[in-house]
Amino acid sequence: MTLRVLAAMSGGVDSAVAAARAAEAGHDVTGVHMALSSNPQSYRTGARGCCTLEDSRDARRAADVIGIPFYVWDLAERFHRDVVEDFVSEYAAGRTPNPCLRCNEKIKFAALLDRAVALGFDAVCTGHYARLEDGVLRRGVDAGKDQSYVLAVCTPEQLARALFPLGDTAKADIRREAERRGLQVADKPDSHDICFIADGDTRGFLAERLGAAPGPILDTDGNRVGEHEGAYAYTVGQRKGLRLGTPAPDGRPRYVLDISPVDNTVTVGPRESLDVQEITGERPVWLGEALGGPFGCHVQLRAHGEVYACTAEADGDVLRLRLATPARGVAAGQAAVLYDGDRVLASATIARTVRVPA
Amino acid sequence: MPPPGHRGRADTVVRVVTYLDHAATTPMLPEAIEAMTAGLRELGNPSSLHAVGRRARRVVEESREIIAEAFDARPSEVVFTSGGTEADNLAVKGVHWARRAADPGRTRVLAGAVEHHAVLDAVQWLADHEGAKVEWIPVDALGRVRPEALREAIGPDGSDVALVTVMWANNEVGTVQPVAELAAAAREHGVPFHTDAVQAAGHLPVRFAASGAQSLAITGHKLGGPIGVGALLLAKPAEPLFLDPVPLLHGGGQERDVRSGTLDTPAIAGFAAAVQVTAARRDAEAARLAALRDRLIEAVRAAVPDAVLNGDPADRLPGNAHFSFPGCEGDALLMLLDARGIACSTGSACSAGVSQPSHVLTAMGAGAERARGSLRFTLGHSSTEADVKALAEAIGPVVERARRAGLS
Repeated sequence: MTLRVLAAMSGGVDSAVAAARAAEAGHDVTGVHMALSSNPQSYRTGARGCCTLEDSRDARRAADVIGIPFYVWDLAERFHRDVVEDFVSEYAAGRTPNPCLRCNEKIKFAALLDRAVALGFDAVCTGHYARLEDGVLRRGVDAGKDQSYVLAVCTPEQLARALFPLGDTAKADIRREAERRGLQVADKPDSHDICFIADGDTRGFLAERLGAAPGPILDTDGNRVGEHEGAYAYTVGQRKGLRLGTPAPDGRPRYVLDISPVDNTVTVGPRESLDVQEITGERPVWLGEALGGPFGCHVQLRAHGEVYACTAEADGDVLRLRLATPARGVAAGQAAVLYDGDRVLASATIARTVRVPA
Repeated sequence: MPPPGHRGRADTVVRVVTYLDHAATTPMLPEAIEAMTAGLRELGNPSSLHAVGRRARRVVEESREIIAEAFDARPSEVVFTSGGTEADNLAVKGVHWARRAADPGRTRVLAGAVEHHAVLDAVQWLADHEGAKVEWIPVDALGRVRPEALREAIGPDGSDVALVTVMWANNEVGTVQPVAELAAAAREHGVPFHTDAVQAAGHLPVRFAASGAQSLAITGHKLGGPIGVGALLLAKPAEPLFLDPVPLLHGGGQERDVRSGTLDTPAIAGFAAAVQVTAARRDAEAARLAALRDRLIEAVRAAVPDAVLNGDPADRLPGNAHFSFPGCEGDALLMLLDARGIACSTGSACSAGVSQPSHVLTAMGAGAERARGSLRFTLGHSSTEADVKALAEAIGPVVERARRAGLS
């Protein structure tokens, strides 16, 4: 069946090949590059991500080679509100957000998709590495590139209008295919960092927006062992950049255990204190039938993170997970994504964790 | 290797049958193509002193005479440039620099609020980098600069004004300015007046001497000539209130030392050929386009009763129809029309392809929604009744579809 497809084209190799595959499959494809900053220079300066003039040109040139119409859509306001501001306020609340996931949930498969559907398109196509068959979302075959984790926040309604043409292929093959198709972005480097933080300095980005808020760094007994410039700049599990004045009694490295925005404190402790046994998630999104449980499955707790066996139990807006083996460095604000094998069952935002009793 | 634009598959949408964007660029006239291609086969730098150079020089000078005659100027007043943007920059920056060099007290630049970016950004650059004090002369709801508003901006004295610049006709909404009255108001205070006549030159009787302007910008590709060539009509320095502009480009001293650079003989020949043909047909063509344009306006109103026509309903460029479609986004309308093979413009663009709310509509008092939901349809020498018919059929469903998408 020929669909009217809007291909979101970032200027990178993945979305270019995805658009080419959709066109080759016989769909009526239109390329759209999302402008995510009203001042394109204010985000990235190099062509490493999705926000520069160079990326816009790369996307346009890929569309030319594929032979599809191409437009730039201005989604800067929505992106700023739903992704950038959300990112800042989540950190301010002591949580660790994943902006790529938020961008999928609120921009690519919401703002962009809604507008596309209203304008007569049937589906949005992206270069994500995930498989989608009959409403079932599975991991991409390239385990190293799999992006099912950041797509798991999408509802079945959103996924019903999504196309992921790359899920069955390994990244290296996609680059070869791009080369074969004459796409100049074939060897363009992958993007890794947060696209709206130009220099990769997340702490500086947050400090600029939230201001300095100095406070104490405490150990688990409540002793002051250092100072921080703002509790928001820390992530649970972080070890580097703590600049602790007082060494630990046992001389072992210490990690961020807790961030408390209310009293502006950061608590540090030994590595084993990071071990988490139980996780409470909020607002689960079920990709298939909503399950009550308890049932056994696997859970992934951050992008490209480890997978843990667990027992899950859902009760309305709350999802409780009991891990078979402890997980280390679980940050509130990240997504807990449940898998049955390579199939995504549900996702929920991590709200609380229960540590392994000492 | 095939030439640029001929590699691989063609964009599925490039089969434009209805071109309603003549204000962006209009097809080259056959006479211009012939003159230019003939020129491309000829050797010669017009500045060379030998016979080959003299032959090229002759082409340039005859072209200069044709252009001068068509716009009521003397041949020595025609300074060839690379186009309208360069002509505007040369006039605005060059005259500002020259006037301030002669009297450092001349710090003010007065410019219409709806100028094209070639003037707008040049003026803003003078404010940001050269310490110019810029005043934007307001326009009324139809986009007109009132002579009283200019007089008020100049003030009782005016000796501190470096120059005044107001366009002949607006590129977005098509409103024609009272140039002669505005130039006269500037002249009362001994201030030079520049006008950007890029959009007007192909459609209106643009008479440089009679206008009272000291400088006037035109370009080839808006009137059937090639892209990449234009001219600044520049009154002779004999005029007491006028000084030659300080050049933007320094070099071989061509074009009376105001604009250096080897003259592009073939392009100049094509430009002159287009001017000649356009001038000869202008009045009849303007009447034809105005009638066609009025039918286009009627057709759009019939299909979309709440569409708002922007600009002066009477005193506007004959080929211009500019609408706001309430509840729609201009970008969405453009894309939907493009998919149906109809080419038009949202009237605003920027390097990344992200449109900003039009400063023209904003200056006319339009709110953000009216500014965002606007489209410009412009007709030219190749436009026919079939173009209007195609738009008439498409615009209703397209607006309805874009309304569903709303202003996201």
